[in-house]
Amino acid sequence: MNEWRRIRLPMPAQTIAELKAGDRVLLSGTIYAARDAAHKRFIEALDRGESLPIDLATAVIYYMGPSPARPRQIIGSCGPTTSARMDKYTPRLIEGGLRVMMGKGERSPQVAEAIKQHGAVYLATIGGAGALLSLRVKSAEVVAYHDLGAEAVLKLEVEHFPAVVAIDAQGSDQFKIGQARYRSK
Amino acid sequence: MREIQAVAVTAAVARLAEEANYEMSPDVLVALTRAHDVEKSSLGREMLEMIIENVHQAMSHRKPLCQDCGVAVVFVDVGQEVHVTGGDLETAIVDGVRKGYGEGYLRKSMVACPFTERTNTGDNTPPVIHYRVVPGDEIKISLMAKGSGAENMSRLYMLKPAEGRGGVIEAAVRAVEEAGGKPCPPLIIGIGIGGTAEAAMLLAKRSLLRKVGKPSPEADAAALEREILEKVNRLGIGPLGLGGSVTAMAVHIESMPCHIASLPVAVNLQCHSARHKEAVL
Repeated sequence: MNEWRRIRLPMPAQTIAELKAGDRVLLSGTIYAARDAAHKRFIEALDRGESLPIDLATAVIYYMGPSPARPRQIIGSCGPTTSARMDKYTPRLIEGGLRVMMGKGERSPQVAEAIKQHGAVYLATIGGAGALLSLRVKSAEVVAYHDLGAEAVLKLEVEHFPAVVAIDAQGSDQFKIGQARYRSK
Repeated sequence: MREIQAVAVTAAVARLAEEANYEMSPDVLVALTRAHDVEKSSLGREMLEMIIENVHQAMSHRKPLCQDCGVAVVFVDVGQEVHVTGGDLETAIVDGVRKGYGEGYLRKSMVACPFTERTNTGDNTPPVIHYRVVPGDEIKISLMAKGSGAENMSRLYMLKPAEGRGGVIEAAVRAVEEAGGKPCPPLIIGIGIGGTAEAAMLLAKRSLLRKVGKPSPEADAAALEREILEKVNRLGIGPLGLGGSVTAMAVHIESMPCHIASLPVAVNLQCHSARHKEAVL
């Protein structure tokens, strides 16, 4: 039950459908880091009818802005940022094809609904463990919005990047399930 | 009058910024280990194992514990018998933050014009500085790297005095419940009671400088800390909010007198990556 499931990205639709809230996963392949300012630009681009710098249908969007890499390091610390700040933008991106997101913390009911409606999945990785997570990153390059600095869009190649299924395609929410289980009033 | 060179202040602040971001204090590591030992959720324990492993990896790879290297909150106790020479104290502190965040490869997260362009200042300045003038001829500097995931969940409650002790407990528990997994639990909960709105907030933040889990020296406050900790841990939020029995590792309360009509309660949450270091010049 507590085994870590290895997943090669892009994540197959069947895998997304199979994942259950609370499952542990190890991701290998390409993910894209984008946070507040990049999301704002994604939405502005969609409003103008332009295409995005990433292909939403195959992307994993990771809510993250790394610390600077030292010389000869691939990336600095790179743990998740609070996903809820992206909630305003997320349903629109899911409608546009996005199926896999990764960050930390609970999502809004609107995001949970969009996840369920479109069969997407939200993964939670380990907040505050940026040094550990950086060791699972094999390459990193800025692919869009260079001017945003720590908030630019990064393409990351990761290997065995750990996360927990937080909201699955059926809409089950590990935050609600787990918290209810250990709540004692 | 003892003289301290401004460059010495700059060097100290730069060193504190780097050390705070790379090295977890032993008291925090002990508290995390204990949290792991008592956590009932196996998923929660797995998360704590990785959080503890992160502490070791940060040290050995000289990488920040968390990519959010925070706002540099600097607490300065200035002895009244000290004279800073070769520059002014505030500029020296700001220069130290710039140097530490730059040379230490720490993330710069400060933006100018918060409600308009939000342009990154590029060097993590300005810091937030709190001065106190104290007796003596030393300068004590504590630097806290305060990440925004937890800071965003801060709350201020201006309670009615009639709400009393029960009201304080309810306010603290509500703040933690509303925050859920967002501030990276297991938390250290800083609570400031009394004073005015801004004084309570500052008390809450200062309480986070205390060694994790060291009880208040005041018996009433220590009893309140224990009671709030127990109630908060019954919420079930657990490590990173994924469910578990350890939502908080400690509650720290600082209090001061207040107006007859007031009962301010400030809650400042600290994520598990509690980073602060101090130096005495």
